[in-house]
Amino acid sequence: MSVINAKSNGTPKVGVYVCHCGINIAGKVDVQATVEFAKTLPNVTVATEYKFMCSDPGQELIQKDIKNGLVDRVVVASCSPLMHEPTFRRAMSDAGANPFLFQMANIREHVSWVTLDKAAATDKAKALIAAAVKRIVLHRPLEKTKVPVKPDVLIVGGGIAGIHAALTLANAGRKVYLVEKEPTIGGHMAKFDKTFPTLDCSACILTPKMSAVRTNPNITLWTYSEVSQVEGFVGNFKVKVTRKPRYVKEELCVGCYECVEACVFKKGIVKDEFNVGLSRRRPIYIPFPQATPLVAVIDPESCVQIKRNKCKKPCVDACERDAIDFNQKEEIKEIEVGAIILATGFKTFDASRISRYGYGKYPNVYTSLEIERMVNAAGPTGGEVHLANGEKPKAVGIVHCVGSRDSKTNAYCSRVCCMYSLKLAHLIKERTGAEVYNFYIDMRTPGKGYEEFYDKLLKENVHFIRGRVAEISDWSTIMDEEGKLVIRVEDTLIGAVRRIPVDMVVLSVGLEPHADADSVRRMFNISCSHEGWFLERHPKLAPVSTFTDGVFLAGACQGPKDIPDSVAQAGAAAAEALVLVDKGFVELEPNTAYVQEEFCSGCKTCVGLCPYSAITFDDRKNISSVNGAMCKGCGTCVAACPSGALQQNLFTDEQILQEIEGVISYV
Amino acid sequence: MSDNLEKQFEPRIVAFFCNWCTYTAADLAGTARMTYKPNVRVIRIMCSGRLDPQFILKAFREGADGVLIGGCHPGDCHYQEGNYKALRRFTLLKRFLKSMGIEPERIRLEWIAASEGDKVQKVINEMTEQVRKLGPLNLEPVSLIHAEPARSNHNTQPVMAKGGAS
Repeated sequence: MSVINAKSNGTPKVGVYVCHCGINIAGKVDVQATVEFAKTLPNVTVATEYKFMCSDPGQELIQKDIKNGLVDRVVVASCSPLMHEPTFRRAMSDAGANPFLFQMANIREHVSWVTLDKAAATDKAKALIAAAVKRIVLHRPLEKTKVPVKPDVLIVGGGIAGIHAALTLANAGRKVYLVEKEPTIGGHMAKFDKTFPTLDCSACILTPKMSAVRTNPNITLWTYSEVSQVEGFVGNFKVKVTRKPRYVKEELCVGCYECVEACVFKKGIVKDEFNVGLSRRRPIYIPFPQATPLVAVIDPESCVQIKRNKCKKPCVDACERDAIDFNQKEEIKEIEVGAIILATGFKTFDASRISRYGYGKYPNVYTSLEIERMVNAAGPTGGEVHLANGEKPKAVGIVHCVGSRDSKTNAYCSRVCCMYSLKLAHLIKERTGAEVYNFYIDMRTPGKGYEEFYDKLLKENVHFIRGRVAEISDWSTIMDEEGKLVIRVEDTLIGAVRRIPVDMVVLSVGLEPHADADSVRRMFNISCSHEGWFLERHPKLAPVSTFTDGVFLAGACQGPKDIPDSVAQAGAAAAEALVLVDKGFVELEPNTAYVQEEFCSGCKTCVGLCPYSAITFDDRKNISSVNGAMCKGCGTCVAACPSGALQQNLFTDEQILQEIEGVISYV
Repeated sequence: MSDNLEKQFEPRIVAFFCNWCTYTAADLAGTARMTYKPNVRVIRIMCSGRLDPQFILKAFREGADGVLIGGCHPGDCHYQEGNYKALRRFTLLKRFLKSMGIEPERIRLEWIAASEGDKVQKVINEMTEQVRKLGPLNLEPVSLIHAEPARSNHNTQPVMAKGGAS
């Protein structure tokens, strides 16, 4: 039980401290009037104001009054409790008071920032202060419970963000589980040839990190696997990981390609996912030569043996190590971890959604990701940029903001497209000598060395035309346009509609959340922004935390990001996870439910309601009891108890009823 | 409210917002400076599942003209399914209010996710206008329920009337 006996002698002494927050509050709320009002409220012994209550001098105001015995309960009227409740609770603890004899009145986010009328704002602030004062009188001293933390960390997603986070934690001596949906780690970065703005080879900087993941003894790498269940809470997550059968024993396969060569299909028959459909692969395959782990995988959708059980199985004969196992079954691994980092990345915008750009209709309209593969020396064309008929293009148009900055698709800027378009313009010009036209709305190159890269491209005689492309068609009006793709655009700098004939079009597609982002976030009990990106706890001060303690975010799953930002965020998420697991324990908010035994009628209504099975029924005493360690403090049972025997710390019926009286009766 | 305007009825609305979704959304509306009507006073609860129907009755008895409840979208509850329980109790209470002569339009339940600051603005503005149209809630002077607030102290008896819908 987390309640300490209250040693309050006589009537409670409530201190009310109203914050100006500079002009954030004082600009709308008449702070002096609220202080005068607070002085009239019962049990208030001190009511005062200060410019910034959260500053050290502000906190000292409270601490001095506590130490001088003027107040034993504190109401701070300032910002949201989600912002500064921990700050003031700590200040109270430091002054020797119980931190739970504290209540915040949110007069910034809920009043001054959202109200136009000054008088109305002041009235509303008064009402919220009255409510807090009424409720604080009923607060009792509480103690946080300490729960030990499991030392291991789960990382979901093996792109550059997941890889970097895993290596950081593993190098700090932590045991890490890295779970990746695809047969290999590497993510999008593994598909790129060069990275902007330095033009260093993507594989050269990524693959050493990938093999470091494989060889690091602290990292358990599960590819071709997905998290299927998450239970528990911060420090104590129970996670189930489903390992799909790859029909090749991972511990035996050495990635020699013998099985791939031996397959009954002598040519690829299904679209190669790694080459985004530009080439075809066989049913047994290794995604790419630096795949990690370098283990073959059999696709059950196309393998004749798995589908029809009617194959000569030359792959089995070809494998000297007997690694192929058609009897492999799905495997469920159960792990316990203290922290989770989500690094599930993004998908690119489906360009066929904008039909006027002709993707899927004209063979020479490509997406940027396809060109990334094409310019890659290890890609399907060996680094050659060519048209569908094999010829080199003489003119190429790169269309920016496809699926970005468009209220019909995605209103947000995808952040990386301007820069990768410049990179592709450079590479295409370098490989083909073609005229390259960039069609942009605004050039966005904010980053170290990015603007300089843009300058470099201008000097390379790449054309830049400012305007959103209206249409791409093969409808020619003059001789020069015959057999070409015509890009129709309003050049907003010269104020005229232009028609630019090109051989090849590159659609710079934006970044989107994965299609299953919603079910993933539900599994991990976190929130999404309305676009579907995972929501951080605070955009500035907690950018890698989520509203679920112990679950952190890294990389583009939180929003469009380039590689440097993803890596930086992965490092931050790893540090946050490390703070949690290194500390060894978490302190849980004592807002748990408890049973007042003398009122419990033994009806068992509460038992079935608890989503965490925290309520047990004592048949001998005929009463329910709550296990404080398992209770998460939702209060559902409290609301349902027909005899009022169940109560919730910090949210007792009485406290809430007083709050209701407070918000209504005084103003 | 402004004196130069013709004095119109300003409804008093009590809102119960869950900590994880709707309260956070209301904070977001604040951060984004989305101004809205000042008539709604928000009380934070950890989960909409904590909402005891007697809180709503209490609010009406204390003089509220409307009650707004905000929780996470179905399937998004931070505590798995507290919002479903809130919905069940809400549905029952709405019928109960009707039979007591309180217009069911005076209470509203909305699912508002943490990212939907704009929805907080919209719902609060709509609710204010809706209740304004209904006019003040004039309850009979005799209290409708015997919900005398005094229970956490162990020496008092539990209240009689508690919405028992679980």
